[in-house]
Order: sequence, then structure tokens, then C-alpha cells
Amino acid sequence: MSDWIIILIKIICALVWFLVIALYLTWVERKESAVIQDRIGANRANIWKFRVIGLFQPFADAIKMLFKEDFTPRFSRKFLHNLAPFVSFFFVAITVSAIPFGDVLRIGGREIKLQIVDFNVSLLFVMAMLSLGIYGIILAGWSSNNRYTLLGGMRGAAQLISYEVALGLSLIGLIMVYPSLKLSAIVHYQGELLWGWIPKWGVFLQPLGLLIFFFAALAETKRVPFDLPEGENEIVGFFTEYSGLKWGLFMFTDFMEVLIIACLLTTLFFGGWQVPWLYADGFHFPWGGQWLLPHGIVVAFQVLAFNLKVFFFCWLQVLIRWTYPRFRYDQVMDLGWKLLVPLSLINIAGTAILLSLLG
Amino acid sequence: MIKALGNFIAIIKGSLLTTRHFMVNMWFHTLKLLRIKTKRKGAVTIQYPEEKREIASRHRSLHRLLKRDDGKPRCVACMLCVTVCPSECIFVEATEDPDPEIQKSPSSFIIDLSRCCFCGFCVEACPEDAIRMDTGQIEFAEYTRDRLIYDLEKLTE
Ligand code: SF4
Ligand code: SF4
Repeated sequence: MSDWIIILIKIICALVWFLVIALYLTWVERKESAVIQDRIGANRANIWKFRVIGLFQPFADAIKMLFKEDFTPRFSRKFLHNLAPFVSFFFVAITVSAIPFGDVLRIGGREIKLQIVDFNVSLLFVMAMLSLGIYGIILAGWSSNNRYTLLGGMRGAAQLISYEVALGLSLIGLIMVYPSLKLSAIVHYQGELLWGWIPKWGVFLQPLGLLIFFFAALAETKRVPFDLPEGENEIVGFFTEYSGLKWGLFMFTDFMEVLIIACLLTTLFFGGWQVPWLYADGFHFPWGGQWLLPHGIVVAFQVLAFNLKVFFFCWLQVLIRWTYPRFRYDQVMDLGWKLLVPLSLINIAGTAILLSLLG
Repeated sequence: MIKALGNFIAIIKGSLLTTRHFMVNMWFHTLKLLRIKTKRKGAVTIQYPEEKREIASRHRSLHRLLKRDDGKPRCVACMLCVTVCPSECIFVEATEDPDPEIQKSPSSFIIDLSRCCFCGFCVEACPEDAIRMDTGQIEFAEYTRDRLIYDLEKLTE
């Protein structure tokens, strides 16, 4: 019984974390783009003249979205049309269940894993769920019954599927280095040290894999350098026939994808919740010193480290979104099939050779 | 291969540029938050309704009709502005003026600002310097069109 309650609490905490941060990513996006472009950014939303640098903006947006007309075109397939945004939302939201936020927390003789479910194939699960998100796009494009949205949906599906290949292949090298498909195990492996002082993070063992994964993941989020499926301002994308909250769900899904990509980058390549040289009982520095800490503080450090890394990658992705112009479609396909896929194959071969040489 | 590497370096350079902008502006924003005065600001934004930009002296804003010393409009209803107006939005009706020096004066003078394109030709054309666009008023948007039709009284205010 109490196991169920713990799982319920974990689900609620993780989902609230996920949704709130994704909501505030819209604020980060506005503010960061403004700071990059020497502007101030949205700062007018207030509660009783209380502005707090525009922190209420996401709520104002959400309320606006709620009260907008929810328009379904006469010619669309009503059921599928309504289903599509929820499909794409759901498959991203469910991935958070596999993300490890920290190591085990011990309270009152009970060990609680700071991860909703820790199953053996969590890496595959996350990748599979992220790919299933494509169905939302195709459904949206198709069920709108509009030729251009159908084209947009097809374009999106083609782009996502071609990058899915590179995304998957780039992780093979990682799985070779950390022999597990369990995200928590991968994070545990990254706590070990290389030559006694460098943490064994994916970024040091798989630099090329990281690069490929990052590019492919950027393409998966369908945001600016790779925003051919939607292209808010000029391309007729797959969600043209949506309005109000359903449109908002598609936009929100993009931000959730940014967040989940940041989580994955952190978990797979930057040590997840690992802090360098922090072990279960405190810091053991490679130059000999040590600083022992109680269990609660160690867990707090881990969760904080995870969050900071995730925020950094969110920041980086927003920066990239506001730096680069959009690729042409043939360039996107070239980058995917002619550069990333061969590079990831080279990465697999190189990793295999190195591993067998090192024994 | 070399070209691809060059492109890659260019891509990295681009993100470094935006990172620099972000860092520098963030630095000045933080200083401002800590109430430390700096010469430069983090943003070039003018927060419009609270802060207003100074209007240039030759800026063409809302029209006004100038008055003589005795309070009557200076306009002599010569119709030059009506003729020159490209938007055809000035409507002047003339009456006889008791003063033989002046001869004519407007009985009604209407500018339909909903059509006016603020070209300033009326000001240029006027031989009497009776109409000017120097009020500096730029916020006269209205909810209905008929409130944008300014008559003699409104223009001489
Ligand atoms: S500013 Fe130009 S458009 Fe406006 S009333 Fe004068 S002449 Fe006509
Ligand atoms: S040009 Fe001047 S004097 Fe002539 S009608 Fe217009 S405002 Fe009056």
C-alpha cells in the first residue's frame, strides 16, 4: 500500500516539475531571446501591479489560450483532429517517468529511488516514446484534411524519422561503454573515475557521440534551425488548422521536448545527478582530501546538480534557437543522412575498436 | 571536407557571438538589479507608455489651426490644402468675412484623420501659415471612426 502512495507522490512530483519547468521555458525563451537581442522582453503581465520581471507571463499566456476560440475546421476528421495534440503531448510527458533525478533517498529505513520507475530498458523506452510523438504530427497533418498541413506533417515525419536513425545510432557507442540500457545504471557507471581523477562522464568517453546526439536531438525538437515541419512564420506546417488550447499543446510539446532532451543529455553524457567526486558519504577528492556529508545533503546536492545541468542545456538550446537561421530542406536531409549517420557509424566502429584494444 | 570544417567553425562562431551578447547584457541587467549605476544599459528598449521618446522638431503630428490675435482662425479658405491633400480628407467651406482685408474665412473646416496619411502637404501649401502639424500629439487613436473626424473647434483648441 505505502509503495503505491510513494509511487503516486513520485509521479506527481516529477510531472509537476516537468510541466512547471516546461511552462517557464516559454518565459526563458522570451527573456533569453530579448537579452540576446538587446531588448527587455515580456514584462507587463502583472498581479496587482506586481510584475517580477514578467514571471507571470506564462500564466497570462495559458489563460489567453484557454479563452481563445477552439476552432475545428468543418472538413477535418473531428476525432483524430482532437486526438492528435494529446498524442504528441502524452508521449513526451510519459518519458519523464524514466529520468533519474537522483540516487536513492533513505527515509525511515525505506529506500526511495528518485526516479518514477527504474526498469531495465528505460533508455529504449525513452527513445521509443520520443519516436511515437511522430504520430501526433502525422495525425495532425492528416486529420486536418488540408493538403498543406498533410505536406507539413509528411515533411515533419520524414525529418524526424531520418534523425531518429542518427539519434539511435549515436547512442550505441554509449551503450558499449556503459554496458546497460538502464538509465540509472548508466548514471552509476558515470560516477566512476578515469585515471583516478576525471569523472567518467559520457562527454569524455563519447565526444563524437555527444555531438551527433545533440544535433539529432535538436532536429527532434523541431525548433528553429530544424523547424521545417512547422515554421511558425512562413511555412504552412502540420498544425495550421489548430487554434486555442490544442495549438498551445503543440507548442507546449516543443518546450517539453527541449526539456526532455536536456534531461537526456544530462543523464547520458553529463553524469546525470553525479557531482564530480561526490560519493554516497561525501566528497572524496582525488588529491586526497575528503569532506563527509550527511545523507540528506548528498541527495540534495545530487538533485541540485541534475537540475543545474538540465537548466544549462535548456539555456543552450534556446540560445541555439535564437542564433541560427533555418536550414533548407535538402540541407536538413544532407546533414542527417550524409553526415550524422555515417559519423555515428564511424563512432560505433571506433568505440568498438578502442574497447577491444583496451580489453 | 575543409569547407565543411569551415562551415562548422562559422556555426560555432555564430553561437559565440550570441553568447557574448547574452553575457554582456546579462551582466548589465544584474548590475542594474543590484542598483549599481553604469553608463551602458543592458537593453536599448524604451518602455513606451511610461517612458517616451523625444519627438523630433520637424515630426508631423496632429494638425492644429492657428488663430489670429482676436481668436479667429487664420485660415482664409483658399482651398489650397484641400486641393493638395493626396488623401482628399480636408473639407473646407468658405463664408464671407466682415473684414475686407481678409474677405473669406472658413465656416467649417474638417479633417478626416482616419484617412489622413500625415504627409504634411497641407502645411506646405498653406499661404497663410494657418495650419501646422506641430502639436507633438501622436496618441489620438479612437474606438470609432467618427471620433477621428476633427472639425474647426477641435482643430483650433
Ligand atoms: S497631412 Fe497630408 S493627408 Fe493629412 S490632411 Fe494634410 S495634406 Fe491631407
Ligand atoms: S491652405 Fe491654409 S488658408 Fe487655405 S484653406 Fe487650407 S488652411 Fe485655410
